[in-house]
Parts: sequence; structure tokens; C-alpha cells
Amino acid sequence: MDSTTLTSKKSLVWLALILIIFILLAFVPLYAPGYPIVLLSSILMYVIMTVSWVIFSGPTGYMSLAPAAFFGVGIYTSAIIGKALPFPIVVGIGGLASFCLALLVGALTLRLRGIYFAIFTFGLVMLIAHSLLFWELHVTGTRGRFVMVMSYGTVYYYMLGVFVLLLITAYLIRGSKYGLALQGIGQNEDAAAHTGVNVTMVKVITFAISAFFMGAAGAIMATKWTYIDPFIAFNPFFSFMPVLMAIFGGMGQLYGPVIGAAVFTYLEEILITRFAELYMLIFGTILVVAILYLPDGLVGLIQRLWKGISEGKHVDT
Amino acid sequence: MSILEGKGVTKYFGGLAAISNVDFNVEQGEAFGLIGPNGAGKTTLFNLISAALTPRSGTIRFKGRDITGLSPYRICRMGVARTFQLVKVFADMPVLNNVILGSYFGMSPGMSSKDAVREATELLEFVGLSAVKGTPAKDLTLANQKRLEVARALATNPELLLLDEMMAGLNPAELAQAMELVTRIRDKGITIIMIEHVMKAIMNVCERIMVLHHGQKIAESTPQEIATSETVIKIYLGEKAHAGS
Amino acid sequence: MIVTILDVVIAGLLLGGIYALIAVGLSLQYGVARVLNISHGEFIMIGAFGTWMLYKMVGINPLITLAMCGPVVFFIGFFLHRTLFRSLLASSASVDIFEGRSLLASFGLLFIIQNIAILVWGADIKGYSYLSYGVNLAGSLFEANRLVTLLFAVVISAAFYLFLACTRLGKAIRAAAQDPRTAGLMGVNINRVLALCFGFGALMASFAGGLVSMCYPITATMGMEYTIIAIIVVVLGGLGSIVGSFIGGFLLGIIGSIVTYIEPGLALVAYYVIFIVLLLARPTGILGK
Repeated sequence: MDSTTLTSKKSLVWLALILIIFILLAFVPLYAPGYPIVLLSSILMYVIMTVSWVIFSGPTGYMSLAPAAFFGVGIYTSAIIGKALPFPIVVGIGGLASFCLALLVGALTLRLRGIYFAIFTFGLVMLIAHSLLFWELHVTGTRGRFVMVMSYGTVYYYMLGVFVLLLITAYLIRGSKYGLALQGIGQNEDAAAHTGVNVTMVKVITFAISAFFMGAAGAIMATKWTYIDPFIAFNPFFSFMPVLMAIFGGMGQLYGPVIGAAVFTYLEEILITRFAELYMLIFGTILVVAILYLPDGLVGLIQRLWKGISEGKHVDT
Repeated sequence: MSILEGKGVTKYFGGLAAISNVDFNVEQGEAFGLIGPNGAGKTTLFNLISAALTPRSGTIRFKGRDITGLSPYRICRMGVARTFQLVKVFADMPVLNNVILGSYFGMSPGMSSKDAVREATELLEFVGLSAVKGTPAKDLTLANQKRLEVARALATNPELLLLDEMMAGLNPAELAQAMELVTRIRDKGITIIMIEHVMKAIMNVCERIMVLHHGQKIAESTPQEIATSETVIKIYLGEKAHAGS
Repeated sequence: MIVTILDVVIAGLLLGGIYALIAVGLSLQYGVARVLNISHGEFIMIGAFGTWMLYKMVGINPLITLAMCGPVVFFIGFFLHRTLFRSLLASSASVDIFEGRSLLASFGLLFIIQNIAILVWGADIKGYSYLSYGVNLAGSLFEANRLVTLLFAVVISAAFYLFLACTRLGKAIRAAAQDPRTAGLMGVNINRVLALCFGFGALMASFAGGLVSMCYPITATMGMEYTIIAIIVVVLGGLGSIVGSFIGGFLLGIIGSIVTYIEPGLALVAYYVIFIVLLLARPTGILGK
């Protein structure tokens, strides 16, 4: 990222826009309590999952299928210590636990070829679920836990807070030398290593940072379910959705995943009420179609159309 | 003073010895050539030096320090840079960013953002790519991509530069430019090891040349002696050609 | 004491038969067609439910259903490759990119197929009873259906091995597995071979599913675990080696049986540990190239 572009006028306009949106979002609970906040919380959850996923898997091309694992760790952290500690700390620990898990998994598997990493992360969700089940049956003697309840408004504000932190983090990473390093790793990992990039460290730490936010989101959203057990918390669907949304939305820019997540969460809400039995089918189909025909996602498509229009304009004049 | 020293370097791929007990010694500031028929192990040797591969046995020392088996990024930061036989640019990144990455990470500690951009811009000018600094690397011609690799390598502030078939696939005009670039790099005080098939380049630029064949060192001497050595001519042209002449 | 060890080993072999079959199937899809099919388990599930449905509704012997469901699933797999994966292959700049995209595409397939299954058959657990009487083997009692499963798994694998070794098409497949481009230059219709391999992989999955349904209860979500096991076995046996997958399946089955004997519920965890150790220490597996 050329540092000179950061100070351009365009960025200031974007910044103002984003600020306005956040102020609006902050006031929603006052003017539209109830269902809108619940919907927005869900949207924020998926947005956080997707943007976190894109921070790592976007530039590097390492497909992580582990979001459900990190989200689940956050949920369980909330369930285990949620009643004992103040909520902000619970959220922080949920994020931290996922961070540490990601450090471990990353250190072990990010040295391998991308496809092995994808496979390993895919199985991770089931592995943790089974291990946790075993633990609960044999060690603690309980099956599942009850989570404390929180008001919709509180959940919403926490999610908003995590989202703001996430956006700032994502933006900072992108604009820093590590963002460039991540791109280099994705485009030619050998060359990046020979250009002085400690590729393993960069990959592992970025992976862990993305996991932190997923864990934090899980810790907050845990309050959505009153009862959880290993298979509720660790659901492969929560790995599927961020991937779907990122690919559909487009991974080139930061707002691609945001748009993708917003669109799909809303779609999910609509479909659940009317076609509850069909939405996995529909989403799966959209994923396949997106992989086939939308290489840069919706954002890429729009950009190409825009380019086509403006180039057409130039030809006319 | 010796800048790079290898003793008994050996590398096997399965049962095949790609490099077999090779010793070498490169003096600081010189231009050292590495030649040999296809499959002789030249790029493998580069891979062993830059730590893309680990040798089965033997040691490699850079400025007296043992660098055998270190990670590529450590060796790069210590001052060894390289280009690749099959060009490895960052395809979707603008040319300038390709080089900036080297400025940021190629040394420890790395540079600040402003300095990195400045240095990268200067290096692009040094290799003659200023005009295309915003172009994605994949849209460059092969000759320019090779120059980009050189600029990126130089951005890591190396004392030793490994050039792997930099001249391959260049037309005469590009070749002359490339040879001139190599000379200018040497003028900066950087030691160069170059793998080449283009004999004209090697013979004119290098002070000493090492010949590899089937992973073994066949000869190491001055260009004149190598050019007239019967052994070397035989391995390049084959027995039949020699018998025929 | 000795009897117990034999028990565990035989139980492991019984388990391993299924593992071997599903691994051979995945090995065909990944080793030849280079599609790491995460939805492999869903094809197993379809085979299981198809068998269950035909048995419950029409009363057809499950062993016969194998021959009925098989071709259907084979054609589904063949068709999927010819349309979806061939298209991906054509639009991918490199094999690595294709592998990544086809993995994600199969991820999408996973959810599509699972959803369809839930629509057709519902999300609850199903099962039926077939050959569930005990058979006395080496002093212990084993269920007849499991022994039959083992027998069929071995027979099917052996038949397929002979097919690969002796028939012209089989040789074409082996050539394509080694070097697709050269095989194509030698006159092998690569596109058809890849699609056939994918279809055969699905076929194996269907057989395995049918056999599983004879012995265990089934649900629409049963697929994922089998997929993971298949992947682990393929890596264990060595990528690209069908024989390796076959042997690896039995090996993992025995390991699973031992672990279950020591501490039930930890089999999957054990498989996973083996997986990560393998990937780190010897990614080429036992018989891999």
C-alpha cells in the first residue's frame, strides 16, 4: 500500500461516511428497540466473522475453515466463566482463548501446503466438539451448560464495539508493511521468504489476530442461546457462512465482506421465516455459483461494470 | 577475503545426488560464474545457499558464519539476496510495491515507510523501471520482470547477490543492458554469483568460473582456462562432437 | 488376555473395511481428479439413506441395494465432475488454484446435498436391523452384518484393484493419476477419465454408506465425520496411492479399535493426533511418492 494514497481526499470522504454510519448505528437502540437490534446484532456477528476471516485468508490465500472453532471457543468461554467475571473481561478472555488456540494450530499447520491447512482447520471443529464432549462426560460430569441472559441492547453495543475495533485493526494491518507482506505471501510465498519476510511468524500471528475477534464475537453472542452443548457451540455452519459471505462479497476491499455479510444475514432472516428448510441449499448453491462466476465477488463485479461504463464514456467523448 | 564458503555440500533427491561433495569459495567483491549443462545442479546449489533447501551434509559459511539450514528470511537479512530462474515476482502488486517489500523486510531492522518508498523509487531508477512503477508486475515483459527481481533483491541491501539465469531469453539489446546492469551492481561493491548459459555474458563479466556436471565440481578457474579446457568442452558438446572435430 | 487382543484386532478390521472403502473412493477423487471432495461423506450418507429407504419401504435386501444405489450415485458424481469441476478446471490458472476452488465448491456441495437429504428424509436418526445376529468367531461374538461388511469391503476393493490393473480403462486411470498431460498426449480422453474417477469415488462412498447403514444408525449429518476419516486415511496411506489408502484404512481401523478399547469416545481425537503428526513428520504417508 503506497503511503501517499492514505492522505488523499478520497480517504477523508470515506472516513466521514464511516463515522456517520457508526453514529447512526449507535443510536438505533434508542429509536428502534426490539427486532431491529436483534437483526443488526446478527448482521454484526456475521460481519465480524467474515471480516476477520478475510484479514488472514484474503491476502494469503490460505483457506481457513476454522471460524466455527474459534467462535465456539468464545461461546464456551462465556458459558464457563460468564457468571463469575465482568462481561468485558469475559469477552476479552474469549478472544484471547481463541487467539491462543489459533497460535497453536497455526504454528503446527501453517508450515504445510495450503490445502493441508484447509483440511486440518475443517476437521478442527469436529475435533474440539468431540474432545469437549468427552471432557464433559468424563471429567466434569455435565453435558452442556446454561448461559446467562443479557439484554438485546447490551449485546448490540458490545458487538458494535468489537466491530469498530476490528475495522480499525483490519485497516491498520492492510496499510502497514505486514499487509504488504501478507499479499506477498499470497502471491509468491517463496519470493516473500527470500525477500526477508518471516513468513511463518506473519502467517501465524495474523491468523491468531483474526481468531481473536471471532472468539470475542462468540463470547458475546453466546448469550443468544440459553443452553449450549459442544455440538451447538461448534457448528460447521459457522465456518461455512464467513467463507460464503467473503467469496460472494469479494475479498479485494474491506467493504466487500461487510456487504456480503449484510446481504446474507438479511437473506438468512428472510429465508428462515418462509423457507426454513431450504436456506442451506440456497446458500450452498450461491457459493458454488460465486466460485464459478464471481472470482472477485460482488464488489469485483460492480467494479468491473463501473470500469466498463466509465471506459465506455471515455470512448464516446 | 572470502565472503561465501562451501565445504562438502551434498544434496540428494530420493536416491539421486543433485549436488555431490562440492567445495567452493567466493571472494568478496568478485563476479563468480557458475556454469554447467542442464541438470548439473546449479540452481540446486543456489537453493542450498539461500536455504530454500537443506543440504544432506556439508557446511556453507557466509562471512565466516555458518548459515547451513537457517531460514531463507534470516539469510536474506544477513545480506544474501537472489533472483530466480523462473521469475517469482508478486504478480498482482504494482512494481513499486514489489520493491518496497524488500526495503521493509530485507534488513534488520527494516526501514520506515517514507524511507522505504524513497529507496524503492531510487532502485527502480537504478534498474531502469521508473516508467512502470505503478504497473502490476504480471503485466511486465519477461526482461523487465527479471530487472524487477533484481531491484527487489537489491532493496534488501545485500552484500552477496545470486543471479539465476538472468540473461536467459533476452534479445541482444536487452542482453547488453543486463550485462551493463551487472557491472553497475558490482560497482556498488556487491559480490555476485551468476548462473548462466549465455557464455558471452559469463566470460566477459566474471573473474572466476566454476563448472558443475551431474552435481559434481568439474573445474574452477579463470574464463580463459575454462573456455579452453578440454574437459569442459567435452561435457557441453558431448563425446561425439569432440570426436567429430 | 490373548482373546481380548484378537477381539480388538478383529473389531478394528471390521471398522477398517469401511475406512478402506471410503479412503479408496476419496483417493480416486483427490489422487487423480485432484478434487479434495469435502462432500465425500455426503455421498456416503446418500448411499446409507438410499439403502435404508429401499429396505424399509420395499423390503429389498440391503446387499442388493448396493448394486442399485451405486450406479445412481456414480452418475451423480460423474455428472457433477463433468459440469462443475471441469468448468473450474478450465478457469483455474494453476493446479493449486483449482484445488483451492474445488475444495470450496465441494464445501458448497456439502451443504446442498445435506439440505436435500434433510428435505427428503428428515433430520432425525434412522436405522434398521439386518443380519444383526451374533456369529462366533475366535471365541467372541461378532455381529453378522459387520462381518458381511468387511467381506464386501474387501471384495469390492479387490475387484476395483483388478479393474485398475487389468482393464484398458483402468490403465488409463493409472496413467492419468501419474501424469495427466502425458496421458492425454498418449490418447487418453483425460476429461472423461477424470469424471469417471470422480464417479467411481462417489460409487465407493455409496457402497460404504450402504454397508454402514446395515450396522449402525444413520442421520443426515453423519457424513462429515467420515469425510475427515477418509482424508486422514488418504494422507496416512500416501497421497496418490490407492493401495496405500486401502491398507491405511485397516491400519486406522485397528488404531481406532485399540483407542476405543482403552478409552471410548476418543477415537476421533486419536485419529486427529495421528493426522497432525503425519503431516508434520511424513506428509507423503506410508506408501506415497
